[in-house]
Amino acid sequence: MTPTTSSDPAAPTAATGGPAAPAPPRAPAAPAAGGVAGAAGPVPAAPAPTAAARAAAPPLTAVVAAARAPHAGWLADALAEVRRDPRAADGAFPLAGRRVGRAPLRPATDPAGVVHGTVDDAARAALVLALGAAHRGDADRLAAHLADLYRAGDTAERRGVLRGLDALAVASGGDLPAPVVAVGRDLAADALRANDTSLVAAAVGPFAAAHLDQHTWRHAVVKLVFQGTGLDAVAALDDRADAELARMARDLAAERRAAGRAVPDDLSRLTTPAPAGAAAGPTRTVDTEEP
Amino acid sequence: MRIFDPHVHMTSRTTDDYEAMYAAGVRAIVEPAFWLGQPRTSVGSFVDYFDALLGWERFRAAQFGIRHHATIALNPKEANDPRCTEVLDVIPRYLAKDGVVAVGEVGYDAMTPAEDEAFSRQLALALDAELPVLVHTPHRDKQAGTRRTLDVVRESGLPAGRVLVDHLNETTVAAVRDAGAWAGFSIYPDTKMDETRMVAILREYGTERMIVNSAADWGRSDPLKTWRTGMTMLEQGFTEDDVDRVLWRNPVEFYGQSGNLVLDPVPGFVAEAPPAPATFEGSSVLRGVRA
Repeated sequence: MTPTTSSDPAAPTAATGGPAAPAPPRAPAAPAAGGVAGAAGPVPAAPAPTAAARAAAPPLTAVVAAARAPHAGWLADALAEVRRDPRAADGAFPLAGRRVGRAPLRPATDPAGVVHGTVDDAARAALVLALGAAHRGDADRLAAHLADLYRAGDTAERRGVLRGLDALAVASGGDLPAPVVAVGRDLAADALRANDTSLVAAAVGPFAAAHLDQHTWRHAVVKLVFQGTGLDAVAALDDRADAELARMARDLAAERRAAGRAVPDDLSRLTTPAPAGAAAGPTRTVDTEEP
Repeated sequence: MRIFDPHVHMTSRTTDDYEAMYAAGVRAIVEPAFWLGQPRTSVGSFVDYFDALLGWERFRAAQFGIRHHATIALNPKEANDPRCTEVLDVIPRYLAKDGVVAVGEVGYDAMTPAEDEAFSRQLALALDAELPVLVHTPHRDKQAGTRRTLDVVRESGLPAGRVLVDHLNETTVAAVRDAGAWAGFSIYPDTKMDETRMVAILREYGTERMIVNSAADWGRSDPLKTWRTGMTMLEQGFTEDDVDRVLWRNPVEFYGQSGNLVLDPVPGFVAEAPPAPATFEGSSVLRGVRA
């Protein structure tokens, strides 16, 4: 597969490793035309009018853009196979890293691929989009299949399901079927209890922005700060940030100051409403959620 | 210096750690049941873990001259997984066993309704079993979590003196002491609390109802932090008796409320010479010396 992030102006491509331009707080919300026309599977048409109640369509991310771009080689074959037989995803999911690589999508700012995801994240998200097509019309089966892929998956596969939910959320324009939303919430909650930073970061994307309750979402954001993962991982951060999140961030800053420890720069993004484009060079302190 | 480490996850540690702990003066420990880096998915996984805490780990500690005790509970993080919560039905059986000196770790992680339920149910179990309770305070939103913890404890009807609220810091210690509970501090290489900050807190609040632990586990941690805190206390003018109170008499008084502490020396133990027969259900911690 040759994932391209060209549809996302903020993303230096994996091939060129572009300059470390300051990332905007979130990617543009408009899906790129290339993604829609790509081979990633049929993308549901414009959201139904009932979805207009939601303030904004889920924002596009690097992984979702790459998942929706045209694919070739092994991944294109796998996607076609999954569209014929959804259970083919069970074999493709664990293989994806070996077949497409594991490179970060935005190496200049995210060399580990934790914040913005990896090439294999995008491949698995594309597989999930194809699953969405294969199970078309049967949201219960799609939901059960996603839960199965997650439960049986290793960390990378679980991340793939979470990033795939992001892709489904964006493709549906904020109108995912209820069974998929319910399973997605369960899986996100599971990931948010994990200690692996890449799992936590994969659980705060467009799906989370659209579907996590505010309490769970706030804890997820503070957990990222706690783990030293950049808040650029959070989709629609500025839209969902509220006074309670600011209060939690202030308390954490006070706790760090009382301890004579560094206060992570990301906290200031939460304690004060962020001016657009104000991404500072991060000072991060890393805690695992140890016993 | 005699040391009782009231919170250390020895299942994650090596025999080198046991040897170093003994050499530093550690003679008794409490290992609280908690989460592992990888989430559990079934009640059976908890049962095996509890059995290992009360069986193999106690045996292993004794090989190194250290008396091992445990606390048993469903931890707050895994209380959020419905596949795990049925473990609450088997916990009363464990609370009656030898060497179980408290219910714990209970408390809050993300402060969810499921955590509320598990916390209050287990406080009730402690009341029935007449055991003390070890309460974990959350990493995220610690101040709010500590206040809510103290409210729930108050409502449970447990005497505050039977409750140890752990992982405290400069911003949470006062509320716990004001409530009449025991104040626990986990001394970590660079996060929760360090030995210099700990000594400053002891100077401000005194040594009564103050508990110091290493909380060493699978993360970056140090099972000798209890000893290092004792040394720092001595360097900064505390007496040998002060150190003995904080590192031995206080935890003994707290967990002694269970009536289930064993503090006499391991019979036949000679440092660097594990006693025979050195096997537990056919397994030995020795290597290369058995037929």
